[in-house]
Amino acid sequence: MAKTALQFRHNGREVAVFVDGGVNLLTTLRDLIGDMTPKFGCGQGGCGACTVLIDGDAHLSCLTLAESVEGRSVETLDSLKDGPNLHPLQRAFMEHFAAQCGYCTPGMLMAAKALLDHNPQPSRDEVVNAISGNICRCTGYEPIINAVLAAASGGRAHA
Amino acid sequence: MPVTVKTFAASADAAAALSSERDARYLGGGTLVMRALNEGDVAISTVVRATDRALTQFDVTSSRITLGAGVTFARILAERELGFLHPVAGSIGGPAVRNMGTVGGNLFAPAPFGDFTVALLALDATVAVQGGYGARDMPIEEFLAGRARMASSLVLSASFQRPAGAEAFRYRKIARIKPKGGSVVTLAAHVASSGGRAIGVRIALGAMAVTAVRAKGAERALEGRALDAASIEAAVAAVTEGTSPADDSLASAWYRREVVGVHLRRLLNGQP
Amino acid sequence: MLELRKDIFADERDDNLKEIGKGTQRQDMLGHVTGTSSYFNDHQLQGMLHLKVLRSPHAHARIRRIDSAEAERSPGVRRIIRGADVPRNLNTLLSLINFGKDDEPTLAFDKVRYKGEPVLAIVADSPREAFEAIAKVRVDYEPLPTVFDVEEALKAGAPVVNETYPKNTFTYHDIYDHQKLRFGDVERAFAGADHVLEQQYQMSPIEHAPTETNGSIAAPDTNGRYVVYTSTQALFFSLDTCAKILDVPSNTFHFIGGTVGGGFGGKVDTLTEPLAILGAMLTGRPVRYIFGREEEMQFGPPRGAERIYLKDGVMRDGRIAARKVRAYFDSGAYTRLSSYAVVKCVAHLPGPYTIPNVYGDVYCVFTNRTPATAMRGFGVTAMDFAIECQMDKLAHLVGMDPMEFRLLNAYRDGDMKAHRREAKNTALIECVQVAAEKAKWPLREEFRQMSSRKDGGGTRAAIPATATDGQAPARAAAQQRTSYDRLPQPAAQAQPPQPTSPAPAAPAPAPQPPSHGAMRFSSVFGSRRR
Repeated sequence: MAKTALQFRHNGREVAVFVDGGVNLLTTLRDLIGDMTPKFGCGQGGCGACTVLIDGDAHLSCLTLAESVEGRSVETLDSLKDGPNLHPLQRAFMEHFAAQCGYCTPGMLMAAKALLDHNPQPSRDEVVNAISGNICRCTGYEPIINAVLAAASGGRAHA
Repeated sequence: MPVTVKTFAASADAAAALSSERDARYLGGGTLVMRALNEGDVAISTVVRATDRALTQFDVTSSRITLGAGVTFARILAERELGFLHPVAGSIGGPAVRNMGTVGGNLFAPAPFGDFTVALLALDATVAVQGGYGARDMPIEEFLAGRARMASSLVLSASFQRPAGAEAFRYRKIARIKPKGGSVVTLAAHVASSGGRAIGVRIALGAMAVTAVRAKGAERALEGRALDAASIEAAVAAVTEGTSPADDSLASAWYRREVVGVHLRRLLNGQP
Repeated sequence: MLELRKDIFADERDDNLKEIGKGTQRQDMLGHVTGTSSYFNDHQLQGMLHLKVLRSPHAHARIRRIDSAEAERSPGVRRIIRGADVPRNLNTLLSLINFGKDDEPTLAFDKVRYKGEPVLAIVADSPREAFEAIAKVRVDYEPLPTVFDVEEALKAGAPVVNETYPKNTFTYHDIYDHQKLRFGDVERAFAGADHVLEQQYQMSPIEHAPTETNGSIAAPDTNGRYVVYTSTQALFFSLDTCAKILDVPSNTFHFIGGTVGGGFGGKVDTLTEPLAILGAMLTGRPVRYIFGREEEMQFGPPRGAERIYLKDGVMRDGRIAARKVRAYFDSGAYTRLSSYAVVKCVAHLPGPYTIPNVYGDVYCVFTNRTPATAMRGFGVTAMDFAIECQMDKLAHLVGMDPMEFRLLNAYRDGDMKAHRREAKNTALIECVQVAAEKAKWPLREEFRQMSSRKDGGGTRAAIPATATDGQAPARAAAQQRTSYDRLPQPAAQAQPPQPTSPAPAAPAPAPQPPSHGAMRFSSVFGSRRR
């Protein structure tokens, strides 16, 4: 099977892989590059577990053709930490018990990051809207919403 | 056969590839085609893409608005001049889906999806399509009626007249979860008024048939009449004419038929 | 806000709570927020192959012929696995504890019994190539009559779903086609009741829909063993099931589980491991078998639907005199855990209430639906839905406040439960009282004074004369007691309100000495065994 060369920036680093035709970005990140942080939940665009940032905007990597990110920037949960230090969102999720099984967490954090990068002081409604594409089967969402609001209000102090 | 991806800089070349290759599908935002590939649809062997910038442009300056087929819902939400479409764009998917989903792709979305198309139908949109025969404009109703054959053509844009006034265009989507989710029923209405009477009435329904459809019975009940309790009830009584809703995991056909009138009444009354 | 009501049962408690009431961090929370928690699929194995399954489109059909010749030649295909390739193709989950007969194939061979049942597995270099090969397989099905309704399935002449159980019910103790509970005489009590209410309740199947789908990766490891990464909630269960199905010693496998992306009961059935491991055995390569979302929703087992008929006799003063339950668990096409769910359900009857006459018949029924499994208190949850709806209706019937109605009928320490166990450490009364307080729901004084530790036992500790269908032991089974149990209260003088003249008091049974484990009650077998 003929493969296509693909080069892009993955969490700030230039990477290059060869992909099969039609393969999605999620599979590429996990199986070819070894970044296991975005998750497969549905392949249909309904759960958001595969959420990544492409050029700073939230996208569903399971519905993104791998080749379409040629030359672009892709960020996953792996990029959130600053060296050994947690991002304010990660700290807030811990403090507010915003995860149980943890499977939706990478997608939730990336959706939250996309929100705070564009809107550092969101209202509660805006937080709800920002994670509306992410399904959590465990927490009932309240701890997650609280964590995002807490990160937004305390964010400046931790920057 | 493995999947082959073909990317073209010019939309005309993409259209040519689409119409000449068997088992080819056009990839817009990915929400339809990538989903099919993920689920093992082996009927797709060629994926056609176009990077033509014309597809992502839009023109909101004149009274006729044109949206390139590649314009995303996020883009519409960022454009103040398209404020009347914000409730529509905002009702589709979550933020990530809105960054990806396109006007053109939504035309092909099967029920219970395809909400933007419901709005376009109410706005009496014209769809510019490029097929093997060349480019042509077609009324959206003609496009939807022949949609099964349209997969080998490339949608270039959708255009429509800006609604007469702030009240003229109304939209309402009923979903199990808000703000995202497939539709139980979607309603869009264009009701302009002249001399206290409703004119140019177009009412479009989503999730009430295989494609978005117009509620012509309800339209006839309103056209030329004052928009009051009596005419609204007449419209509600006739709203299911020409519909054939399906049973799915969100709602039964029976339920959809039962509630569409309730929501039409609320839409026309301007209730939240 | 978490509130600790230490005032309730205060004298029983050694009150140095070190963890309760404090927000203690999960040990895997750091892994969750950094994405380093390891789920089964987070492993890159060299040369991994992909397994996809061909599933039945029919709810019930005979398999006449499977033609996989074209699929065998399909590009990228490494191996096609059929029923005949599975060393022990018939299994049931609880055979590991000797409960039930092997009734479910890993890959169907003669019949398919539900839509989505696996018929064939294909292992290929990529998912796409596996899907393409699947599309090339031709199966000749002869559709058979279907049955989807639990009561229809029990009628004479209904299509036989599963030949292992030709009457479409699970067989208990090799004789009974349902679980029975008999306590007292419900018919006599109905005849003397002031009101009789019979209602039908129905729960639908419920899909767990975990965000992570079911799946596993199996790979040849050193020393002839196989390493298996799996999403299972039941690691050792799955390991032993695979050892049985693949007919190898259990130390052939190294199962690695750990973080599950949501289970809720939907990952207890060993759904993917046997085929993943067999694929690894037959190809010599790592094999991944993971459900897509549509597979998870349609083929992944749900909590089984239940149909429940509840008939109660109630006195005008609010005492429930008799409860008769007839219930049908929809097990789908195979047993899995539904046989056990029924046992749990019957043990739970009639709910947390002391009712002097109880009758239960609960069936585990086979239909042509997706086999059911565990989910969040299965066997009990749906029954409680029915019971609690019924309690509200009964309260309304006798004109009594629904909270007070429950307090009146609640079990108390020392009462004999319908399945002949003494009620111990009961607390329903206190829970209802606190709930009423929180909801600012007024309770009359006498109901606020009620206590789980008062007014139980005595005549309520006796086993009544019981109309049974056969031989039944005359005395209660030995009662287990541990050092954590509340001590039995002295036999009560006053009984909860009873307008009729009290029956002659039977002597309360002497508290049994602590059990040393030689006589053990098995919740599965419902009887003593060592």
